[in-house]
Amino acid sequence: MQISLEEQFQQKIDQEIKIEPKDWMPEKYRHTLIRQISQHAHSEVVGMLPEGNWITRAPSLKRKAILLAKVQDEAGHGLYLYSAAETLGISRDEMYEQLHSGRAKYSSIFNYPTLNWADIGAIGWLVDGAAIMNQVPLCRTSFGPYARAMVRVCKEESFHQRQGFECLWVLSKGTEEQKKMCQDAINRWWWPCLMMFGPKDDESPNTMQNMQWKIKRFTNDALRQKFVDMIAEQIKLLGMKLPDPDLKWNEATAHYDYGKINWDEFWQVVQGNGPCNKERLAARKNAWDEGAWVREAATAHAEKNQIKISSMLHPNDINLGS
Amino acid sequence: MKIKAKNDSAFIQYLLHLGDNALIMSHRNSEWCGHGPALEQDIALTNIALDQIGQARNFYQYAAVLINESSNEKQTEDSLAYLRDAWDFKNCLLVELPNGDWGQTILKQFLISAYQYYLYLELQNIQDEQLAAIAAKSVKELNYHLRWSADWVMRLGDGTSESKKRMTDAIDAVWSYTYELFEVAEYENILSVEMQCKIREAWIEKIKTVFGKATLAIPNSQWKQRGGKLGVHTEHLGYILAEMQFLQRAYPGSEW
Repeated sequence: MQISLEEQFQQKIDQEIKIEPKDWMPEKYRHTLIRQISQHAHSEVVGMLPEGNWITRAPSLKRKAILLAKVQDEAGHGLYLYSAAETLGISRDEMYEQLHSGRAKYSSIFNYPTLNWADIGAIGWLVDGAAIMNQVPLCRTSFGPYARAMVRVCKEESFHQRQGFECLWVLSKGTEEQKKMCQDAINRWWWPCLMMFGPKDDESPNTMQNMQWKIKRFTNDALRQKFVDMIAEQIKLLGMKLPDPDLKWNEATAHYDYGKINWDEFWQVVQGNGPCNKERLAARKNAWDEGAWVREAATAHAEKNQIKISSMLHPNDINLGS
Repeated sequence: MKIKAKNDSAFIQYLLHLGDNALIMSHRNSEWCGHGPALEQDIALTNIALDQIGQARNFYQYAAVLINESSNEKQTEDSLAYLRDAWDFKNCLLVELPNGDWGQTILKQFLISAYQYYLYLELQNIQDEQLAAIAAKSVKELNYHLRWSADWVMRLGDGTSESKKRMTDAIDAVWSYTYELFEVAEYENILSVEMQCKIREAWIEKIKTVFGKATLAIPNSQWKQRGGKLGVHTEHLGYILAEMQFLQRAYPGSEW
């Protein structure tokens, strides 16, 4: 009995066999992955900006080195992810074009500003913490290149999360002003971090299909709850407070209850009206546009060199065209 | 920073000079992080900035030990980086110049990397064990900085007509700051005259070779900008320090 390509594909997924770039796949699967992986790559690269904002002002040489290395890691993640997406038949330049024209999104969290030094710790602890919740299951996602890229990304992200916590830990044991910085950063990053998990399950139309294809392994709400439960415990060590009067342990569910998320703010930021949407996109576009002459020169130089090399090897074979 | 007569030695000043060159250059390079012309190059330049911070920390830590050993002061790598004013900084003017475009950044990096590479090669063999060890570690890093920046000078010089023009403009803008690299301050007498000549000759040879391949010319101008090594800086350094030192100055005595 013959089975359709679509059925074969789903069988592989059900048997936990990874889908590889040359395998047949439904167009919608390919399309969903390109969207998700490129969005993830863009998030890494745009995410360099809010943290990069404090590199020149880092308060000690050690912190400066840690921050530089961290932001460099994010660039590296961008590279692995763009490469993973390229295996699906889209070029990095096309993905950049989608980002710059506003057609592709990146994580809204990076549209919030870094206003004091503790924001660097809070991004590591909370933003990377939330990202890890989302990303660890992606190490087992059905598309091979994405899953393999995520293994490496997750290792580095969990390191970043510990560094972020340690940065806040030092501040939380410091002077009154440092404690104030720490609490201020937590107050501003907490709610946007909860929004990082995406809309509530009943308002997330793609979740079911993505779970069936094992692109996604857990629902938005399940991951969000896991994050709340983790952070609600960790914050006790810092002696700080989460800005949610409704946060409390629920014996019956064995989870923390938490307050209502402001979904209007979420959609506003997604639509481009967050505090830094314009600056972030402008900074990326500017880097790309200002770098055009550099990339052109590198290409021109490589072409000239190839002609030089091939003329050394086969002096009679060169055809320089008319 | 006040150093007592006994430990106000040329050697400590020399260590600070080496550390300041590395730190200020790192600061400038780190300004590019997230804004480079291609992701791979963003990573490369950030890598160099990281190496330079590492070098600065090694020099400052060593200087702090020597200062503290012979005085009541409690200097640390951070007090040396964050609590001195511009007149105490002994970096060459070249490293504090604004980045300009990618071409100017590359050119500055190439000129200083070639200098540091040949300098550290010599310092590896110096009498002082600790300084020799720092130089030996750094020279490996400089090997990469020099190769990377030289490759880019060649690409941009011998790339398009626009890139060539930008490189020529960059050379015009910064060349007068290169002479200071070889104007020997008193505290540099740890280097023998022979070593100094060797470094200078190797440097100019390298510049000629790479400029040659890049189809770029060394300017005829002999105008020399100087002062950094003695603590007389450009207007730019004050802004670098204002930014870099902000938290340490605003919240003195805090642990970070």
